[in-house]
Amino acid sequence: MRELTYAQALREAMAEEMERDNSVFIMGEDVGIFGGCFGVTGDLCKRFGEDRVRDTPITETAIVGSAVGAAMTGSRPVVEIMFSSFMGVAMDEIFNQAAKMCYMTGGQAKVPLVIRTAAGAGIGTAAQHSERIEAWHVHIPGLKVAYPSTPADAKGLLKTAIRDDNPVIFFEHILLYNHKGEVPEEKNFFIPFGKADIKRAGKDLTVVATGILVTHALKAAEELAKEGIELEVIDPRTLVPFDKETVLNSVKKTGKLIIATEETKRGSFASEVSAVVAEEGLFLLKQPIKRVCAPDTPVPFSSVLEKAYLPGSEKIIAAVKEMV
Amino acid sequence: MRESKEKLFDLLESMLVIREFESTVQKHFAAGEIPGFVHLYSGEEAVAVGACSALKENDYITSTHRGHGHLLARGGDVKKMMAEIFGKATGYNKGKGGSMHIADLNLGILGANGIVGAGLPIAVGSGITSQILGTDSVTVCFFGDGASNRGTFHEAINMASIWNLPVVFVCENNMYGISMPQYTSDGRKSQNIKDVSDRAVAYGISGVTVDGNDVMAVREAVVEAVKKARNGGGPSLVECKTYRHRGHFEGDPAVYRSKEEEEQWKKKDPINRFVKLLKDQELFDDQEYSELKEKVAGEIADALKFAQESPEPDLSEVTTDVYYGGGVE
Repeated sequence: MRELTYAQALREAMAEEMERDNSVFIMGEDVGIFGGCFGVTGDLCKRFGEDRVRDTPITETAIVGSAVGAAMTGSRPVVEIMFSSFMGVAMDEIFNQAAKMCYMTGGQAKVPLVIRTAAGAGIGTAAQHSERIEAWHVHIPGLKVAYPSTPADAKGLLKTAIRDDNPVIFFEHILLYNHKGEVPEEKNFFIPFGKADIKRAGKDLTVVATGILVTHALKAAEELAKEGIELEVIDPRTLVPFDKETVLNSVKKTGKLIIATEETKRGSFASEVSAVVAEEGLFLLKQPIKRVCAPDTPVPFSSVLEKAYLPGSEKIIAAVKEMV
Repeated sequence: MRESKEKLFDLLESMLVIREFESTVQKHFAAGEIPGFVHLYSGEEAVAVGACSALKENDYITSTHRGHGHLLARGGDVKKMMAEIFGKATGYNKGKGGSMHIADLNLGILGANGIVGAGLPIAVGSGITSQILGTDSVTVCFFGDGASNRGTFHEAINMASIWNLPVVFVCENNMYGISMPQYTSDGRKSQNIKDVSDRAVAYGISGVTVDGNDVMAVREAVVEAVKKARNGGGPSLVECKTYRHRGHFEGDPAVYRSKEEEEQWKKKDPINRFVKLLKDQELFDDQEYSELKEKVAGEIADALKFAQESPEPDLSEVTTDVYYGGGVE
């Protein structure tokens, strides 16, 4: 099968949906001729024109707010917020408008809106360009939240997101954009929401990981396999809806659970998974759950500090060794 | 603008419907029949009615927390509106939104909104849809003087301007954002300009200020702006100076306004003024006016009865409509 980068896979998903449906359009900062800050929109402006690939001013509030209005009136906007750290500027539009519109109107308003955003740390962008705020959005009723870890998932999930009639927050890890992987060419390739993927099967310990941590967990699994320890690595792929059955079934088999996310630990999505398993599967566990996350601080700038700060395969291995 | 007698009567009737509706809500809120809080539109009728009279069927409006007038002027169903305000299952939003969130997507009413200034970007979005799908729909965006200090005002109008979107921004300047005067020469103020429309120049669009208690003046200005928008001329800002008869919300004693000021504005009541205008032109007599008032009173009484007698929502409704066409994830 042909290989694409994560960024190319995202672009292909948008191009296919724009070709199929003329109500799909893109807007965001520097998504046009510049091709997007991380090159994701690339040549789409050239292919689809400035009307459907709209360069906006630096105006996050109006980007998301107008996308809500466009979605309510029959368009299907796919907007890019350059860094997820900038989501705060548009937060009223996300949590008070997009998320609540359907409920507040008694089911009248349809808001088919995708907000794509670059998340995560690892390239020295410091505290205001490295955010991991999955949990904020997971907490808000009315949103769906996707977070692909591979190029194939990126394409399949984004196509599903664009066709969904609800607001979807779509996190993309900055370090994944250049990752290559096999991506099916068929135009009807979709990854359904709410279906976790077992990225590696194993019997000794379950690791639930999101985004870039899936990569780190797989690396840890490879290392540990050399010592005869078999990790089962599960990627939920969508955090809302969350496929708890796949996780509970795995915990039933392994009796041990680590949740690895790049978020700061307190109040994280990892905490939510931990609570779900404690509530519905406490007696499947042979040991207490461990969360491998970042410390509860902003992201530091210095490469040395950033490396020390971020969770990765070494921290996962250390946690596993305390449990087996 | 020359208008038919029929059109003038429609405008009057629409203003009377709003006044009667709001008086009824006022009374039954005071009686404890309505949960939450309500922001009444009494006194500002000429703005909603004048502006909505400029619209066609496929046009849109966005509204505010003080939205009953806009929705009624756009043709909202009085029964479903009253029932929603009472929190009943038969309401526009099945009793899940209330006064501040009433919407009728079929009439192009993109919702009242509980967040001051939130409607402006939403209106820009419906303008984008007109452009993307190539329709001739125009969006009228209602907002207040208070909202004109929010970032959404500046970001939305800027975006509408650079993309030449078919949106008419109608600022209802009722002189106060809760207790904060929009402008005074020597006291507390929320902005240091007399006219909100002055801000249009910063975004390269036209801005006018009209007497918001004169329904014909509002209509004329908005008809002009809508025509321009529909013909590809882009957005405009129309500021309508008006005054709310009641406090910010029911229960607000409005200690921040003087009785003299309130009396001055009551003399400029938009309905009385319009009635006088029509009578001066001998377009109708007292008999016709009382018949019209009676008809309107009957309509609102029916709506009230409908709301009072409607069932409460089923408890299962707590978890429906979180997602379009589905429940909780």
